[in-house]
Amino acid sequence: MVAEHTMKAFDADLQDLGRIVAEMGGIAEQQISDAIDALDRRDAMLAQQVIASDARIDTLQREIEEKVILTIARRQPMAVDLREIVGALRISNDLERIGDLAKNIAKRVLALDSEFKSQRVMRGVEHMAELVLAQIKDVLDSYTKRDAQKALSVWRSDEGVDAVNNSLFRELLTYMMEDPRNISICIHLLFCAKNIERMGDHATNIAETVYYMVEGRMLGDERPKGDKTSMTMVPFDA
Amino acid sequence: MTAAVQLAQNDPQPVAEANGRSKVIARDVNVYYGDKHALRNVDLDIPENAVTALIGPSGCGKTTFLRCINRMNDTIPTARVTGRLEIDGRDVHDPEIDVVQLRARVGMVFQKPNPFPKSIFENVAYGPRIHGLARNKSDMEEIVIGSLRRAGLYEEVKDRLGESGTALSGGQQQRLCIARAIAVSPDVILMDEPCSALDPIATAKIEELMDELRTNFTIVIVTHSMQQAARVSQRTAFFHLGILVEQGVTGEIFTAPKDQRTQDYITGRFG
Repeated sequence: MVAEHTMKAFDADLQDLGRIVAEMGGIAEQQISDAIDALDRRDAMLAQQVIASDARIDTLQREIEEKVILTIARRQPMAVDLREIVGALRISNDLERIGDLAKNIAKRVLALDSEFKSQRVMRGVEHMAELVLAQIKDVLDSYTKRDAQKALSVWRSDEGVDAVNNSLFRELLTYMMEDPRNISICIHLLFCAKNIERMGDHATNIAETVYYMVEGRMLGDERPKGDKTSMTMVPFDA
Repeated sequence: MTAAVQLAQNDPQPVAEANGRSKVIARDVNVYYGDKHALRNVDLDIPENAVTALIGPSGCGKTTFLRCINRMNDTIPTARVTGRLEIDGRDVHDPEIDVVQLRARVGMVFQKPNPFPKSIFENVAYGPRIHGLARNKSDMEEIVIGSLRRAGLYEEVKDRLGESGTALSGGQQQRLCIARAIAVSPDVILMDEPCSALDPIATAKIEELMDELRTNFTIVIVTHSMQQAARVSQRTAFFHLGILVEQGVTGEIFTAPKDQRTQDYITGRFG
C-alpha cells in the first residue's frame, strides 16, 4: 500500500474520488441488470426506474469532474497521484456512458409493443449482458484492488461478447427476413445487443485505464477484436 | 502473456538527447566533507543543450554534486572529491586544468541574486574584462548588450546601464547575474535554486529564459520546486541521502517514476 501524504487532506481527496467511482460502478451494474430484466419481462415500471437512476450517475460524474479539476489546481499531483486522478476522470466517463447505454435499452423496452418473443434471441441478449456484467464487475474489482493483471485479463476477454453479438446479429436478420412484422422489434433488439456490446468496450477502456494507473504505461492497440457485424451479410435466399 | 498482446513501448526520443551528446559525465563521484560522506558513487550523464534538473530533499547531495562540476567544493577546506567528472571528455580534476578557466566555462547562478555593487554595465563587463574577451570598448559594449539581451533584461535597463546593479528588483538582479554568467560564453550554466527568492512572475521570466538559453548552453539546475523541474527540464535526477536514486526523461520521472523513493518524494509522501 502507498504511504500517506504529508498533506493528509490530499489522501482524503483521493479517497473521495475512489469512493465516488465505486458508487458509480455500483449504480451502472444495477442499471444493466435491471434493464435486461425489464427487457425480458417487458416491465415498463422497472424500465422507468433504470431511466430515472441515470440522473444520479450523471451527477456523480460531474462531481468527479469538479473534484479532479480542483485537486489538480490545488495539489499539482505527480506520478501515481496524477495517474490516480486522471484514471478516476476517465473511468467516470466510461461509467457514465455505460449508464447511458443501459438507459437506452430501458427506453426501448417502453417502445416494444410486438408480441414477438424468441427465447433464443432473449437468451442470447441475456447471455451477452451476463458476460458484460462480469467484465464490469471484474474491472471495477481491478480498480478497487489496483490489480493490473486482473485489468489485463478483462481487457483480453471482450471476444466472447463479440461472438455472441455476431450470432445474434445473424439470427435477428433471419427473423426479419422471415416476416417483415418482426422488423421493428428485431431492430430494437439489435440496438439492445449493440448497446451491450458497447458497454463491453467501455469495460475494456476502464481496464486500460486501471492498467495505466497501476503500471504507469499505456496498453497498446493490439486488443483482440471479434465484432464482425459490420461485415456480416445473410443472403436473401438463405 | 500471449504474443498477441503487445505493450506500448513508452520510449519517446527525449528532447534532451536530440544531439545525443553528453556534455558532463560523472563516474563514481564521491564527496566527503571531513568524515561525512555527502555523495556516494554517482554516475550521471548530463546532455548538451538541455536543462537537467537535480531534485531531492535538503541535504541529499544535489547542491554538492552541482558544485563538483565547476570545482566549487575546492573552496571548502575539508571537502574531498573522488571519481571522474568530465566536461567534454576532460576530467575537471586534471592537475593541468586551470580552475579560473574552468569556472569561466562553467558559469554559476546562485539562490540569492548577488550582483556586484557596481553599475549594471560593469556587472556584465567584469567577466569578459578579466578574461580578456573584448579587444576594445565597442567589443565590450557588444558583449554587454548582447548578454543583457539574451538574459531578457536589456529592454528594462537600457536607459540606466550606469546605475547600480543592486538597485534592480530581485528578478532583475537574478537576470543580471545570468547575463553576467553568459557574458564569458560558458558551455555550462549551473543554477542553484535560482528562483527561490523570486515572485511567480520573475520566476516565469527566468524559466522562459532557461528554455531559450538551452539552445546554446547546457544548463543544470538545482530546485526544490518539483513543478519547476517538471516545467523547465528535459532530464531529471533525484538524489536522496547522498545517493543518485533515479534519473531519466523528465516526463517519465514525474508521471511514472521507477523507484519507490522517487515516487514518495515527488508525491509528497516523505515523512
